[in-house]
Amino acid sequence: MSEAAATQSPWQMAKIIRIEKRTPRVTSFFFKLSRPFAHQAGQHVDVRLTAPDGYQARRSYSIASAPESGGTVEVAIERLEDGEVSPFFHEVAAVGDEIELRGPLGGHFVWSDSDGGPIILVGGGSGVVPLMAMVRHRTARKSSVPVALVFSARIWDEVIFRDELIKLDDRRDGFELVLTLTREPAQRPDDYSRRIDAQMMMQSMSRLPEPPKLAIVCGWNAFVSAAAEALIDADVPAGLIRTERYGV
Amino acid sequence: MVTRGFFSGRKPPTDADGRIPPGQYLEQGFPVLSAGPTPRVRTEDWSFTLKHGPRPLKKWTWAEFNALPLSRMTRDIHCVTAWSKFDTSWQGVLIDDILADAGIAPPTAFTLAHSFDGYATNVPAKDLVAGKAMVALLYEGKPITPDHGGPARLLVPHLYFWKSAKWLNGLQFTEHDEPGFWELRGYHIYGDPWREQRYTDDP
Repeated sequence: MSEAAATQSPWQMAKIIRIEKRTPRVTSFFFKLSRPFAHQAGQHVDVRLTAPDGYQARRSYSIASAPESGGTVEVAIERLEDGEVSPFFHEVAAVGDEIELRGPLGGHFVWSDSDGGPIILVGGGSGVVPLMAMVRHRTARKSSVPVALVFSARIWDEVIFRDELIKLDDRRDGFELVLTLTREPAQRPDDYSRRIDAQMMMQSMSRLPEPPKLAIVCGWNAFVSAAAEALIDADVPAGLIRTERYGV
Repeated sequence: MVTRGFFSGRKPPTDADGRIPPGQYLEQGFPVLSAGPTPRVRTEDWSFTLKHGPRPLKKWTWAEFNALPLSRMTRDIHCVTAWSKFDTSWQGVLIDDILADAGIAPPTAFTLAHSFDGYATNVPAKDLVAGKAMVALLYEGKPITPDHGGPARLLVPHLYFWKSAKWLNGLQFTEHDEPGFWELRGYHIYGDPWREQRYTDDP
């Protein structure tokens, strides 16, 4: 697995070159790096905002773009009502702004096609963002590693990257998309309409040619706890499960 | 460099002066972070081993460990993901009291803390003694929940919180400063929040 020590980079200025609304609450920001770096799928960047009085706020955001995306990185930011940095991005940030950014960071929650598979990815809400980098990396590499992505969202319109994911699913090249909506009926025949459980994990893994070598879970803390328990109940060894959590 | 359109938003309370390290914000909740699933460690199966290199120096069961002197610590804690939490209150056994019970002084200058899930993190011995660190058993007067590292976790409040290893099962003295799990994956070898030692290449 890609467990080599990550090399960091100092703060750099990155210019916002595109802003794309993904869902009502999630917007993607595309940064052109002044000093391009090569990241691993699953890594994050830190951004730092500085107020005129010198006050600084920093946050970590997962990279959504594939390592193959060149000198730009896509960061998908969910607007948090009581947030400090995400409201700035949603309400103030504009194309052309320069933001202080550092990365790539994080050397555990990563996957590369050379790590092999099959793998099962489990994302809740904006927890899909680092998993999307892995899915896009697989596509960019024309990898045949079998991947199942189980993505839980509240409603159909909050399925981040929905059109892109469904298009990839339709290729039938070993990528399996499993959507589950917790507050709406399923919209596709093989999808679900409930919270993630062990049975859903088992059925999703049965779409893979063999049991996964790795399970990668990201989302809010309670989601990750529940999803990790469901994987363990579906006989995935705890040692094969990597998690990334946020929130309280 | 000033960020266009960004103004001080979530200013810490005025009585927080000097308590928030650079780059941190004040958190009221208690976020959970871990590299894998939460291990369920039963106290019947729990043990704590003190080692020097590969050699065990002393091992305690849950009952034996709970018979050691209990101390209280109320401290601010600082996570590398930029949240800080004030006045967290813990009870547990000071590393000093563990060493005293084993009848030893630190045999080397470095340690690795080990956890039931295979996690490890390095802490210099001097950062563990003289009342600076404990093996915590209670948080806010109650057993520590599994998500927060229960039954027992290390508490080294003056370093970034990834050093306060959850699901602790041992402390090993090492001859050299050996990087642990996150230190091998891009995080700072020491982790002083006041010097913002977050990542490997921070000074």
